[in-house]
Amino acid sequence: MRLELEGIAHEYGSTRVLDDLSLTLEAGRIGCLLGPSGCGKTTALRCIAGFEPIRAGAIRINGETVSTPAHTLPPERRRIGMVFQDYALLPHLTALDNVAFGLHRLPRRRRRDKAREFLRLVGLSRSDDRYPHQLSGGQQQRVALARALAPEPRLVLLDEPFSSLDVDLREHLVREVRDILKRCRATALMVTHDQLEAFAIADEVGVMRAGRIEQWDSPYNLYHRPATRFVADFVGQGALVRGRIAEDGAVEIELGRLQGRLVHRPPTDEISVLLRPDDVVHDDTSPLHATVRHKAFRGAEILYTLALPSGEHVLAMVPSHHNHAIGERIGIRLETDHIVAFPRD
Amino acid sequence: MSRPARTLLPGPPPAVRRVRGNAAGGRAWLLAMAVIALPAVLPLAAVATGFWGPDGDVVAHLREHVLPRVAVNTAILVTGVVVGAGLLGTSLAWLVAVFDFPGRRLFSWALLLPMAVPGYVMAFVYIGLLDYAGPVQSALRDWLGEGAALPPIRSTGGVIAVMTLTLYPYVYLIARNAFLTQGRRALEVGRSLGLSPARGFLRVALPMARPWLAGGLLLVAMETLADFGTVAAFNYDTFTTAIYQAWFAMFSLDAALHLAAFLILPVLAVVALERRLRGGARYTPTDARAGLLRLPGLRGWLAAAAAGGVLTVAFLLPFAQLLVWSLPSLAAVDVRFLEATGNSLFLAASGAVLIVAMALLLSYAHRLRPGAAGSTLARVATLGYALPGPVLAVGVFVPLALLSNRLTGWLPADWGTISLQTTLATLLLAYAARFLAVGHTPVDASMQRITPSLDDAAASLGVTGLRRLARIHLPMLKTGLLTGATLVFVDVMKEMPITLMTRPYGWDTLATRVYEFTAEGQWERAALPGVALVLAGLLPVALLTLRADRRAV
Amino acid sequence: MRMTAPRIALACLVAGSAWLAGCADTGSDDEITVYSSRQEHLLQPLLDRYSEETGTPVRLVTDSAGALLQRLQAEGENTPADMLITVDAGNLWQAADLGLLRAIESPTLADNIPAHLRDPEGRWYGLSVRARTIVYATDRVDPSELSTYAALAGDEWRNRLCLRTSKKVYNQSLVAMMIVQRGEERTEEIVRGWVDNLAAPPFANDVAVMEAIRAGQCDVGIVNSYYFGRLQKEEPDIPLALHWANQDAEGRARGVHVNISGGGVVRHTGNAEGATALLAWLSAGEAQHLFAALNLEFPANPAVAPADQVAAWGEFTPNPINVAKAGELQTEAVKLMDRAGYR
Repeated sequence: MRLELEGIAHEYGSTRVLDDLSLTLEAGRIGCLLGPSGCGKTTALRCIAGFEPIRAGAIRINGETVSTPAHTLPPERRRIGMVFQDYALLPHLTALDNVAFGLHRLPRRRRRDKAREFLRLVGLSRSDDRYPHQLSGGQQQRVALARALAPEPRLVLLDEPFSSLDVDLREHLVREVRDILKRCRATALMVTHDQLEAFAIADEVGVMRAGRIEQWDSPYNLYHRPATRFVADFVGQGALVRGRIAEDGAVEIELGRLQGRLVHRPPTDEISVLLRPDDVVHDDTSPLHATVRHKAFRGAEILYTLALPSGEHVLAMVPSHHNHAIGERIGIRLETDHIVAFPRD
Repeated sequence: MSRPARTLLPGPPPAVRRVRGNAAGGRAWLLAMAVIALPAVLPLAAVATGFWGPDGDVVAHLREHVLPRVAVNTAILVTGVVVGAGLLGTSLAWLVAVFDFPGRRLFSWALLLPMAVPGYVMAFVYIGLLDYAGPVQSALRDWLGEGAALPPIRSTGGVIAVMTLTLYPYVYLIARNAFLTQGRRALEVGRSLGLSPARGFLRVALPMARPWLAGGLLLVAMETLADFGTVAAFNYDTFTTAIYQAWFAMFSLDAALHLAAFLILPVLAVVALERRLRGGARYTPTDARAGLLRLPGLRGWLAAAAAGGVLTVAFLLPFAQLLVWSLPSLAAVDVRFLEATGNSLFLAASGAVLIVAMALLLSYAHRLRPGAAGSTLARVATLGYALPGPVLAVGVFVPLALLSNRLTGWLPADWGTISLQTTLATLLLAYAARFLAVGHTPVDASMQRITPSLDDAAASLGVTGLRRLARIHLPMLKTGLLTGATLVFVDVMKEMPITLMTRPYGWDTLATRVYEFTAEGQWERAALPGVALVLAGLLPVALLTLRADRRAV
Repeated sequence: MRMTAPRIALACLVAGSAWLAGCADTGSDDEITVYSSRQEHLLQPLLDRYSEETGTPVRLVTDSAGALLQRLQAEGENTPADMLITVDAGNLWQAADLGLLRAIESPTLADNIPAHLRDPEGRWYGLSVRARTIVYATDRVDPSELSTYAALAGDEWRNRLCLRTSKKVYNQSLVAMMIVQRGEERTEEIVRGWVDNLAAPPFANDVAVMEAIRAGQCDVGIVNSYYFGRLQKEEPDIPLALHWANQDAEGRARGVHVNISGGGVVRHTGNAEGATALLAWLSAGEAQHLFAALNLEFPANPAVAPADQVAAWGEFTPNPINVAKAGELQTEAVKLMDRAGYR
């Protein structure tokens, strides 16, 4: 079901936690709020769930207004499902009973059947009678998801659902959770601080900062067409170097003129240009040189931090058989097809 | 031994798993538990010998004419008070832990105040007010004619009601802590699954808080079994009054011990029941972000009225009555009165520190050395709470007096007479035997909520044993320790029979001053020390709750 | 050094023993230690006066009677106590029966205290007398309707009687004396009659009994004289009065049931002489007057005048049977009341 947030605000005491936050998530889509801790993303989720009132704006689920400053529809009447960060499984109930717990409107028999069905859906067919503490972290996660999905909510909310899992399990589970959500045609909104998680699961991602959404877009666009310096900085890696816009509209930096067009033209000609590591290519034959300052081995590739003659730094992702020592001067060349730039500070 | 790093993250509720020390350390800890249990074992053993004691004339008489009735009475009373205190304590705790309503902050701590009012005082006040000759019924008769009457206060219902009012704070305090740490979160889980707050309480929060509630209810059950003052005021016969009768009226300590030994059986039953209920105590981390639910308008005021009503009935009214009585005797505040106040405070404070320290060691030792032997020791060490005070007093006094006599005969004559039985140390150890359960329950509940992986983490950093207790557990146990200390403090303040029997010369306390007057029914004269007793008991309650309020608003 | 639990426990034990030994109490040689279950404020002023007059320090240790007896028993030869003061002849009899008191030869005490108020073997002496008698509402009861305790079991008192609980030793002594006077069978009949006549369940204390009578819940009751005295002192024109029971009864049943508070010298005292002197001092003169008057009781010494308020209740014939009998038969009395359903 469609979720709309229209300019909502929230305050804890006198601290404004959310400020004029808007987004629209179409039915069947998976959205994600991404941001550093303290940016207000969890509060936004709690407002949508109905645990927190809002100070301004409105929240609508499928066209029904559920929150306004004057009225907050109680969480239990919103028909949402929620997966908590710590899963919040009920310790005194088995996995099956935890899932059946939200099905209290069904007759008892149907309840268990349906709970079993959802446990199977999340890949836990043999854990019905186990208690939460007898399950692994990943299994608890799946039970929590099955519990949230079983009542067929209009909207599924996930609060940092993968943060307490180890990395291997996380990658695997993120993909699986996406598949399950898609199979159920659920509309879902997740919050996380981990961009890889966000990119792996979401159709649309909102990058949040200080209670506002800086950009609501597809993962591809967030990376390649960041709307603000903050988004550029927070999403992916890269470096900003000084540059200027020439009279013909081309962008010039210390290393020369860049190919490609500006994604959006800053209001001034003095600019900072975002160079992603894949924009800087190692080429021994190039006349341009830079000095290796740091290197980070990444298996197939090495991420070099390079110092330009002016002292500015850029990053370069280089196949790892090009193994250079720190202090060595290496040849580089730029390969850009679109250019992201912001007004210089 | 290393564990996956995952368990160090604030994550899924960990299994109840005890941390094993190495085998040698384990034995040492078991020994430590035995030492802590010793003060309680002494009187319990003295009582247990009564089991095989002479089954004489007095016992036969009691069996035929007294026991059947008191057994039924005791069962009714304990059931009634446990249910009453459970309902009242739990619902009030839920109200202040989860909802926002006018006066919530005040009620949050003020609802603990009735704890400071001794049960016998409450009983006397309410019998005085509500009995036929009291002002309420007299006014009713003046007003509506001779036939007008309330249901009799001196009845089973009356004694249950009064004991419920004095004992509900035990449940309230423990339940409030449980709800503050996990109740709001439990409510949110329920609501995200479509349960209203009321159903969320019943189906999520209550089952999750069950282990802690069980601990509080056990305290209430034991206190009820041991009570003499309140039931005596109502002339309601229980096991305890039968013990008194055998001992003081029929001059048979043997018969009294025999009955006390029988009393231990239902206590063991209650303890076993509590263990079952406790079964799956598990920790769910606090989510500080879960907010209070505001009760708007009328509903908020109704909540305030309910909390205010309980506070009035359970504290304000009896305290006001005490104040009124004490006014004429204000002039009687003399040096001895101040001394008694000082003694009370000193004993209550040292008792609280000693007993909470013992409770902490007991709980920690059991954590490191789990198993049946440890469980049994922990249970035995806390059984003293269910014994009537005088029985426990004599159980401590007599063996120590006999030992002292031996020592006196054995040591050189110029060492003088040894009397271990009336020293401060004995007095404090007797308190420990009686009140260890009160300190242990909240401390142990907090201990169980610390995830075992923390112990492993500390061990991996080379921090073990008492250093680990001090550096890892103590800071996390603060609330539990303070709660335990407060309960013990207030209980020691109110304690009479043990203090009377084992206090060293000159160690009169407020409670013994109260006894001096109440023994002959001079309530007005007892009111002044009574007021001081309540006020002094309020100190830690206020401190505790102010601190708790700062932590969790 | 790493502290382990056993080491700490050991340290505690050592420290604890040092403390214990330091606390073992020793008094000065001529000091007298009194164990008393009589209320402190009734006794302490007298003891202070004695110390002032004679220079002998007196230490007072208070507790309930049962606890004190247990304490004396456990302490045995090493007891710090020299003298025991307690209320109710039952308790004194019990103390003597357990061998906790020593017989003393004191012509002063023998002269001052009438024979029926002291142990025939001289182990304890009554110091004050309280009558347990009938109290009635003056607006509803004509004193001519009242005669004996036994008569309160009659049908005319149905729903008009209030009693204190049978667990109080005063009622146990009263019933024990009735057993001596009338035999067990007849006494049980009387007690059953009382129970049938009760207008309310038994009360926890005598004051409550009198308040119920005043409020009209019942018309008569049985109370100790000094409780009535206290109430009367607060409210001089209270519509209640005492009736001296059994004044015209036949034979052994004749006379008001009286009880005593009294004292004796502890068998294992280290200061028998001092304790005897104190006991004798309490039995005569101003001390004897105050001992009784502070609690509105009658002096045990017939030569000493009671307080004015007490004297105003008029003369009465007390039951002459030695109060020790109450102790002897107390257990029987308790059993009888249990059988009769008197709670």
